Amino acid sequence: MGYRPEELLITTIARLLDGVGHVAVGVSSPIPGSAALLQRHLSGGKTQVTVLNSKNLQTLNDGAGELFDRAAQGRIGAFFLSGGQIDGQANINLVGIGDYPRHTVRWSGSFGSAMLYYLVPRVILFREEHTRRTMVEKVDFISAPGTSAEGVYRPGGPYALITSLGLFAFDKTRARFRLNSIHPGHSLEEILDNTGFEFDRDEVIPETAAPSAEWLGLLRGKIAGEVADPYPKFAHAVFGVSA
Amino acid sequence: MGARRKPVTGGPFRATPLSPCGAIACGASIFETMMGRKMPDFDLDALAAMVPDGAKVAIPVSRSGPAVALTRALILRGVKDLHLVAIPTAGIQADMLIGAGCVAVVESAGITLDEFGQAPRFVAAVKAGKIRLMDTTCPALVSGLQAAEKGVPFFPMRGLIGSDLLANRPDYKVIDNPMSDAADPIVLLPAIVPDVAMFHAPLADRHGNVWIGKARELMTMAHAAKRCLVTVEQIIDGDLMGDPLRAPAVIPALYVSAIAVAEGGAAPLALNGYYEADSVALAQYAAMAADEPGFAAWLAGDTRAAAE
Repeated sequence: MGYRPEELLITTIARLLDGVGHVAVGVSSPIPGSAALLQRHLSGGKTQVTVLNSKNLQTLNDGAGELFDRAAQGRIGAFFLSGGQIDGQANINLVGIGDYPRHTVRWSGSFGSAMLYYLVPRVILFREEHTRRTMVEKVDFISAPGTSAEGVYRPGGPYALITSLGLFAFDKTRARFRLNSIHPGHSLEEILDNTGFEFDRDEVIPETAAPSAEWLGLLRGKIAGEVADPYPKFAHAVFGVSA
Repeated sequence: MGARRKPVTGGPFRATPLSPCGAIACGASIFETMMGRKMPDFDLDALAAMVPDGAKVAIPVSRSGPAVALTRALILRGVKDLHLVAIPTAGIQADMLIGAGCVAVVESAGITLDEFGQAPRFVAAVKAGKIRLMDTTCPALVSGLQAAEKGVPFFPMRGLIGSDLLANRPDYKVIDNPMSDAADPIVLLPAIVPDVAMFHAPLADRHGNVWIGKARELMTMAHAAKRCLVTVEQIIDGDLMGDPLRAPAVIPALYVSAIAVAEGGAAPLALNGYYEADSVALAQYAAMAADEPGFAAWLAGDTRAAAE
């Protein structure tokens, strides 16, 4: 059964959310959001989903701090972060390129990363662009570090990194990524060419599992309708549904 | 500015200069409020005159009702050297002020036009070294205000350790958690006491109470700030504090310094439950503000349109 690249990313991320009690997703993250909604269905509703600032999946009503209070209490099991740069130690940079503060390229800022990355047990790094521009040896600015010194309170941290080319797991003790699988149609050579950091890997690396017909059916049917609430443009472009 | 109304009450409440002493310990007199006053009538220019040059001004995230019409009045008044504190991020409102040369310091977790891309005047000012940056993370801004509303000097927060945010914030301190037997470093954030909090809300009443709906960070801003300036869609008769359904989302007049009516006062941003964002206008801003002459042309056109 044919599928779109977005559908592969959604089903791959959904597997990473297995067993999570509460997933929070940003409003501009349609692929992670769709994965969270798929996982909610697969879990029989055990996985709760909050999509920030959505109409029907918004479970917050106590202001801009409530999400962070929840994270600090351990009420959020998984969250998604990204980075203009991500390095081999899973440090993320959301601020800019060059020397701070007068960066040559300046992005928006660190948002909630410098707290959520420490406190949410499964932080999934998601960045579709997989190039030496984004996957760097060392970030120019650490918005939030991948690991912390012993003794620093850190129940959370990076769990996986998913890009348009492959899926990496993060080994906290080694502070290194391990390439878990390569997406269909891509190769190890392509990943090596486009990655600025070293990573661990086995001799034989499996292909990322294609979405099953059953999951694709779910995604294009029931889930697509739910996705259209917070992500109407995405739902229309990928699944052809209207809100 | 078609939203101006004719005065309905006498005795204008005069804006007094902020106390030179920035500490809460100076006493309640630094907090100017409307409680117990018959609400006078203000227009946007009167509110703009209550924002001194150099003031530390708290502004809300784009979805929670930035006072865009008041921001335009501030730019026309030629305010200088503002220290913007975004709660916890900001968008076109901050970018307008930066582009117009009104800002010296930006304290925020992000400045962005959201789906319309990077905030162009902010990015240009950063590259040119025209503004001092106090970059941080969202919860640190909320917690700084919470320290202020509790009248305590700091608030502890998890996270930040090992980041370059912390490395560039000498005002943040790391201490060893005194409640723990084991070593446990934790960051202390100084209280953020804004000179002015300003935002746009749906409703106020004639006592000076302001209904904010779900945008609870506006409550925290009002509690923390020395002066709170509010624009609203509408002023209604009756008492919002006396309505049990609305009262939990009402900022009592005790915290409110002055209110002006500004219909569409958050536009082109949305006012939750009242109007949607004007995506055509936001896209036009993003395109025009990409360079300085374009921004100047946008600003001239925007203020002309607002005056008509």
